[in-house]
Amino acid sequence: MEIVLALAIGVLTASGVWLVLRPRTFQVLIGLTLLSYAVNLFIFSTGGLRIGAEPVLRGPAGSLIDYADPLPQALVLTAIVIGFATTALLLVVILAARGLTGGDHVDGSLEEEA
Amino acid sequence: MSQHLVIAPILLPLAAAVVLLLWGGRDRPLQAAVSIAASAALVGIAVALASTVDSGGVAATYRLGDWPTSVAIVLVADRLSALMVLLASLLGLVNAVFSLGRWSRLGPYYPVFSQLLIMGLNGAFLTGDLFNLFVFFEILLAASYALLLHGSGPRRVASGLHYIVINLIASLLFLVGVSLIFGVTGTLNMAVLAERIPALADEARAIFHAGAAVLGTAFLIKAAAWPLGFWLPRTYDAAAAPAAAMFAIMSKVGVYATLRLGMLCFGPHAGVSAGFGGEWLFATGVLTIGVGLVGMLAARDLGRLAGYSVLVSAGTLLSALVFRDAAVITGALLYMVVSTLGAAAFYLLGGLVGGAGGGDEFEDPPLLEAYDPQGEELFTEEDERAVIIPAPVGLLSAGFLVCTLLIAGIPPLPGFMAKVGMIAPLLGGPAGPFPAAAPLLAAVVIASSFFALVALARAGVQIWWAEPGRIASTIRLHEGASVGALLLGLLALTFALSGPVDYLNRGAADLLDASRYVSAVLGPEVRP
Repeated sequence: MEIVLALAIGVLTASGVWLVLRPRTFQVLIGLTLLSYAVNLFIFSTGGLRIGAEPVLRGPAGSLIDYADPLPQALVLTAIVIGFATTALLLVVILAARGLTGGDHVDGSLEEEA
Repeated sequence: MSQHLVIAPILLPLAAAVVLLLWGGRDRPLQAAVSIAASAALVGIAVALASTVDSGGVAATYRLGDWPTSVAIVLVADRLSALMVLLASLLGLVNAVFSLGRWSRLGPYYPVFSQLLIMGLNGAFLTGDLFNLFVFFEILLAASYALLLHGSGPRRVASGLHYIVINLIASLLFLVGVSLIFGVTGTLNMAVLAERIPALADEARAIFHAGAAVLGTAFLIKAAAWPLGFWLPRTYDAAAAPAAAMFAIMSKVGVYATLRLGMLCFGPHAGVSAGFGGEWLFATGVLTIGVGLVGMLAARDLGRLAGYSVLVSAGTLLSALVFRDAAVITGALLYMVVSTLGAAAFYLLGGLVGGAGGGDEFEDPPLLEAYDPQGEELFTEEDERAVIIPAPVGLLSAGFLVCTLLIAGIPPLPGFMAKVGMIAPLLGGPAGPFPAAAPLLAAVVIASSFFALVALARAGVQIWWAEPGRIASTIRLHEGASVGALLLGLLALTFALSGPVDYLNRGAADLLDASRYVSAVLGPEVRP
């Protein structure tokens, strides 16, 4: 279980970093998306991994200690929402840059403009 | 009622933003009235908050929904947070007045995003847990993306693209750091964190240090420390002048977060972890000063010059705040106040100067250029009817002189007092992890004053003596008044330093003793 999750996070991060370093804006965008998947999985894993365990409540309801920690889920949810919104904003800026510079290079083609 | 004072600096800008968004629309007078009234009220609230905190002990806390501290989301206003909130709201007021008329017409929602930026800043300063720090960082960043892009145009969009990508990566690092810390300590509350660190097991401590280092990297990207800060001068230069002036405090948010967590998690009480990462922060800070100075000397327009001076001040703060010495911290905090306000005034002046003509040495920054595909009239007769100050050259050059003295730290202005406040205890052998490095920093700070003075004097000669004809021939009353009030306020600070310095002294003492913060937040509850 741990090795599968670790491999998934590692592959996503490696692909994401490679894509972020590419010169085309769309590749950067996809790279950031992959990186945020990796980070979200990583946050999940901090809650601890167990196989064959009850999902929320262990044994009869009673002490708070018997419940799964909800905080990692809350963190992931917030991170997903914020990441989604900022990625959408980035996409708009990428489109604007495409329209203004006529290219999809991350540095635009400012030499001609200036 | 008074306990709600802590959350007011977050709620008021949010409410103002909503009002501006729903009813502001195209009604310029209403927009101006709401944003100035909200910003002015916020300054009042910030002053009240600072005096409440100062008279009431170490920190005022606010538990959202009145949940017990162990599960609640807490806001904490100690002296440092209250100071930063005051700084942000002052800049907000200056920005609101300055950007009336032509600047806010660069795009439809300028006042809305200004308010949201202030909300994010205040939230980041007031929050008591790491995850809400992340959330408020995102709020202020999202608002800053919009402010940066105001006016559009290829230059702004290209640097905005870089800025957004870099900050998204920084946010991902932030999340990785936060989740590593949460994984080993089981808490995100900064006070609880400070309490648990001395008792961490060795293998957990290694992971905690890794998490703190990743988190620190994210903060250093925001603070634009070398080698993570190449985005800053270009980005701030591309922004419209009042937006850039607001951004002057954004790099200080990274410094604030580094200071806050450094003191709480790695202060003297932290046992094995005490002073973790100090050498790195110190080296990064000194290198940042060097890069900033080279940039200042090489800058060919006022926007770049101001951007690199922001780098110098961030580097100075990062390296000075490594020392665990009350006197050094007091000086550094005063320097933070002065350099933030000075840089903001400098950006505003740059926007006013760069209005006309074009020289070849100092390129004309397109600060007031708006991309306008439909060819609509951006500047209407309304602007022509605005009250205009005659003979602005003298006023602008006087403002530039004051800015130069402030940024370079030349007597008699508070920039000098702040630098002396830092250097004197550094030479006197400060308490801290590595006293041997203190004279080095003192020398670097003194050298930085000299080189900053050279760069600024050269820019002044170029602008006012070499080709005075290209300075804007008119400035608006509200523009001149807001910059003038900011600079006069800083001048007045020269004569009234003892009160603020006493306040900063108490704040520095609180910072050094993390147990005061912890017991102020957690109260007299039973400690595990």
